[in-house]
Amino acid sequence: MEVAFNALPFLMEGLWVTVKVTAIVVAISLVVGVVMGVVLTYGSAWVRWPIRLYTDFIRGIPVLVLIFFAYYGLPAIGLNLDNFTAAVTALTAFKIAHVIETTRGAIQSIHQGQTEAGKAIGLPFWDRMIYIIFPQAVRRFLPPWINTVADAAKGSALVSLIGVVDLMLAMQKVIGRTFEPMPIYLLGAVIYFLINYSLSLSSRRLEKQFSYSLEK
Amino acid sequence: MSDPLVKISGLTKAFGDVEVLKGIDLEINTGQVVSLIGPSGSGKTTLLRCINYLVEYDDGSVLIDGQEIAHKDTGNGTRQPRSERELSAIRAQVGMVFQLFYLYPHLSAIENVTLGLTKVRKLPKAQAQSMAEAWLERVGLSDKMNNMPSELSGGQQQRVGIARAVAMEPKVLLLDEITSALDPELVGEVLAVVQSLAKEGMTMIVVTHEMTFARDVGNRVVFMDEGRVVADGLPSEVLDNPENERLRTFLSRLNPHLALEK
Repeated sequence: MEVAFNALPFLMEGLWVTVKVTAIVVAISLVVGVVMGVVLTYGSAWVRWPIRLYTDFIRGIPVLVLIFFAYYGLPAIGLNLDNFTAAVTALTAFKIAHVIETTRGAIQSIHQGQTEAGKAIGLPFWDRMIYIIFPQAVRRFLPPWINTVADAAKGSALVSLIGVVDLMLAMQKVIGRTFEPMPIYLLGAVIYFLINYSLSLSSRRLEKQFSYSLEK
Repeated sequence: MSDPLVKISGLTKAFGDVEVLKGIDLEINTGQVVSLIGPSGSGKTTLLRCINYLVEYDDGSVLIDGQEIAHKDTGNGTRQPRSERELSAIRAQVGMVFQLFYLYPHLSAIENVTLGLTKVRKLPKAQAQSMAEAWLERVGLSDKMNNMPSELSGGQQQRVGIARAVAMEPKVLLLDEITSALDPELVGEVLAVVQSLAKEGMTMIVVTHEMTFARDVGNRVVFMDEGRVVADGLPSEVLDNPENERLRTFLSRLNPHLALEK
């Protein structure tokens, strides 16, 4: 256990990278994914099909392939990304596809009558979105989206494979020096668990906050 | 004679291959309460929903107080679709109450009413609040203002639906089978509200299956069948002395004993 304790500062540096990767991926994919999800739901066929193509294509590829492609493939077309940028780009592209789908599903789960009731009192499109559709859709959006966030936190471990020293690679480096895999992996597992457990706790709190029926 | 408040001309609508409206002409004047009746599939609900453009009609026109709802004249004879803002502004002058209420479930009863007042009519919050309170009181819900829709009975929800629509002070109110989703014992409380609005001169177009209601509240009955207006007149003319064969059949199905008397 002492090994793990001594390695802690180094592992914390790795953890910080993991948190950074996750935070950037989650933030960008949320904004871009929600906007594109709204477009996919309400846009004309001309803007819908490229988005449809994108989501179907991206979700059909293992995220590791995307990461390798961003790092080893893009230089072929003159785009040289450092490993951190390549990793974040690939993970973000992957998550955007999921957020688009989650957004579309959440919006479409709201009964058409809600839109009609909004139109009938004279609310234009974006007002209907902001005051009627989004406040209801957010309840359906949150649970799958929190899963996506947890996935992003765990999936970020893949960036270690192109040399980004995140928590995962930091652990492997320590093991390489100490030949003590058991305590290090145990500690790593506990850290990953704590991240995801706190995520699922906050998700439950968020869902309660956004509920509006009797149980409030 | 002033121009009609609602003027429908040559209106057609097809869903795929099915022609639902086959050329409707109808003029409704201020203060009229029109009961729109007809067998299911006759197109009456589609017609009602064309009036505020929830259904996008194919041909013809709907004028609300002289303004075409879906298009505007460009001056050179062609017409151009209205922008979202213009369309919304005209819709705000047409109230609608829905069969399944469609209250906003995330907002309390009073917030359901104030939303349109503050966001569409841009009234100050305090004024919207007091207007909404007045309307909810008027429909008998002064003790339920802060309840969520899920805490209200069907009849109460529908009365909020009515308050939400009339608080906008529309020129005309569209009622789409507003009692058919209610338990029988709750129908009366909703119809009483509509009756009192009629007495005050609110212009209404009412799609209904309640023949007694059509007779008592409506001062005009329009009977539709297979996408056309078949009969149009005073309730006594249309309902008591039906000249049209289809109308007679329709009425006798609703009221078998009347058919026997004939």
